[in-house]
Amino acid sequence: METLNALFSGFAVALSLQNLFLGFVGVTLGTAVGVLPGVGPALTVALLLPATAGFDPTGALIMFAGIYYGAMFGGSTTSILLNTPGESATIVTAMEGNMMAKRGRAGAALATSAIGSFVAGTIGTVLLTFVSPFAVDVALKFGPAEYFSVMVLAFVTVSAVLGASPARGLAALFLGLTIGLIGLDSQTGQARFTLGVPELLDGLDIVVVAVGLFAVGETLYVATYLNRGADIIEQMKGSIWMSKEDWKRSWKPWLRGTALGFPFGCIPAGGAEIPTFLSYATEKKLSKHADEFGKGAIEGVAGPEAANNASASGTLMPLLTLGLPTTATAAIILAAFQQYGLQPGPLLFDTQPELIWGLIASMYIGNVILLALNLPLVGVWVKLLAIPRPLLYAGILIFATMGAYGIRNSWFDLALLYGIGLLGFVMRRYDIPVAPVLVGLILGPLSEQQFRRALAISQGDLSIFVTQPISATVLAITVLVVIVPQAWRLVRRMQANAIGHHSPI
Amino acid sequence: MRHHDIGAGLGRALRTALAGLALAGATTLACAADYKILVPAAPGGGYDQLGRAVQAALQANKLAERVQVNNVTGAGGTIGLAQLINGSKGDGGALMASGKGMVSAVFINKSPVTLSNVTPIARLTGEYEVLVVPASSPLKSMADLVAAYKANPAAVSWAGGFAGGVDQLTAGMIVQAIGGEAGKFNYVAFGSGGEVLAQVLGGHVTVGLGGFNEFAGQIKAGKLRALAVTAPARVKDIDVPTLKEQGINVEFVNWRGIMAAPGISDAQRDELVKALTQMAKSESWKATLEKNEWVDMLMVGDEFRHYVEAEQKTVLKLVTDLGLVKK
Repeated sequence: METLNALFSGFAVALSLQNLFLGFVGVTLGTAVGVLPGVGPALTVALLLPATAGFDPTGALIMFAGIYYGAMFGGSTTSILLNTPGESATIVTAMEGNMMAKRGRAGAALATSAIGSFVAGTIGTVLLTFVSPFAVDVALKFGPAEYFSVMVLAFVTVSAVLGASPARGLAALFLGLTIGLIGLDSQTGQARFTLGVPELLDGLDIVVVAVGLFAVGETLYVATYLNRGADIIEQMKGSIWMSKEDWKRSWKPWLRGTALGFPFGCIPAGGAEIPTFLSYATEKKLSKHADEFGKGAIEGVAGPEAANNASASGTLMPLLTLGLPTTATAAIILAAFQQYGLQPGPLLFDTQPELIWGLIASMYIGNVILLALNLPLVGVWVKLLAIPRPLLYAGILIFATMGAYGIRNSWFDLALLYGIGLLGFVMRRYDIPVAPVLVGLILGPLSEQQFRRALAISQGDLSIFVTQPISATVLAITVLVVIVPQAWRLVRRMQANAIGHHSPI
Repeated sequence: MRHHDIGAGLGRALRTALAGLALAGATTLACAADYKILVPAAPGGGYDQLGRAVQAALQANKLAERVQVNNVTGAGGTIGLAQLINGSKGDGGALMASGKGMVSAVFINKSPVTLSNVTPIARLTGEYEVLVVPASSPLKSMADLVAAYKANPAAVSWAGGFAGGVDQLTAGMIVQAIGGEAGKFNYVAFGSGGEVLAQVLGGHVTVGLGGFNEFAGQIKAGKLRALAVTAPARVKDIDVPTLKEQGINVEFVNWRGIMAAPGISDAQRDELVKALTQMAKSESWKATLEKNEWVDMLMVGDEFRHYVEAEQKTVLKLVTDLGLVKK
């Protein structure tokens, strides 16, 4: 009841003209960046922080959250039409969705992904509404030992899905861990790897590294290899609406996808990639039309699309209740909170109820706006892709440069941006994933500090990690997470072999 | 790793450009006084609040025509300090927000420039530190904390902000005053006041330190118990016994104030002292102090210069005792 009251007052905040407008701008922008390959929600929020420094924090955060889940909506469009996932979370969507498009069923694929996203986003928001207040009590039980165990889990699950080559993924991860060491150690105040450069005392700015690796690296790469290979857009045939049969085959995958996506978003190590793959595998196993998988099965679009949206809602829970970012976008949103002098964490619900509940209420509204946008306007979104690539990437480069320079009005950050951009280009050229660098840079320093804090409190007794119940549970889950996918891979390999024997292809 | 707001930076770049245009126009008008206040930290923090409060009060009291605030973040404020010293020598309009944290940061970061290189103008505000335990803690007073520390020093974990910050300085002084060794007590540094608060509320650490304002809400709500405040005497609105009352001879105030550039003339300095003194005695400044719950700690000119010199000596000895700076 208390929650409902809080939620209703949140709607009062979210429905103010200003916040409604910002929410609309956010989800629209989010859909746009989801559609555009190479521009993700993290970069968009990072580039937008300038314009919003003077905004009321509630409105700005409503917009940022809108960009985040809007991108999850929009990412499916390019996946389906171009076989180019705008986001890593929509890779799976491309597998079945693009096959559907090739069979002239793009309308149904786009519709099931839009409606599935709406269903999952709304259910995820309902869960966020009613579970978050209790989660705060749990959050206070998290001391350094618990946080460290969660970081261990994060390392295991996140790095397990990064890239096809473990050697390259690990190399990238360790690069991130190493550059994460740069700066003053906050426990002892000693400088590490700063080479006497005062600009390095605070460590490398994660935004500069992210923008350098993604935007600058991608731009250099596209500029170098632009003329190799062209994307083909499939023409949309048939009705945009789904047939009765499509609905029948979609609703269960939507719900199952949601059930997989939300908890993965909530656990501070989840992300959207694992649940989309899990959902795809589940639907394939449960479908009566398993033979259609690989040729355009609607279940293979409906499930994963629901999963990635549910996980986006779930991600906001550890962010709001623990102040713990679980994705790159969440990390930038955390920086936005800090820009306004707000510290997401257990107390935010007490100190800033208007902001929190306004934000949550805005997500209900945002999901409705997204559905309204995405169904009829699919044709318009696709036109964004018609921007000539040289212009598109030149624009990205200008924003990246201005943004990085503006952080401290320092040429040093600019040099750093382009140095890292060059590194991003080289990594892309040699197929080394760049995402693990950011994972290492984000999680490395956090886990080191939590580990040392935990040991300081326990007076050097390592058993603190297994004698604390929450910490021990999380470590046990970590062990399971390591083992289960291995077993799963084995099962799939056996299945693949079996299919290989019977399929004519 | 440093989380940063690229946005505020970009906005600042634009603002700086606009302000530059405005300044170019202003010089031709030869107005009474134009000031630039360098805030050596990100928007939202203590220095930023002070810088922007001074900006507003100078303008409200017509002591300045234009006051521009510019954030230069990094290395505990020492990047901003270096910029003031190297870039504004002799500029009578160049000011910087400063304070006790910067005195310490200069030593921790091995900054080549120190507060001896600037021209101190006025100490303006102060915040006292408080020591808090969760309401469920068996520790009811400083005597209990001291007894726990003496029984097993390592078992008492003191949580506060980053290494060498005001929280650790306070804790170090208390440990020394009760006969402990400053370099050996169990200080656990956290990233922000909010984190310290969550850790104390969750009972993960023995005692937490921070500015009174950071904990005031939870103390009033009865979720935290304040063991002591570091003020010389009980403070209005803070119903917490002082350390001295409890037999621990420690006073600590996290002061903040305004410094001017090096190499300015005595006349320029006197003019700044006069303007800031007038500002600090104005009604609007009193209202600002009240709103932010800052303690009025006005001290100007030579007295403040000597104070800063003394502070540097005390803090250097303390951070050396704490083992943060090698002898």
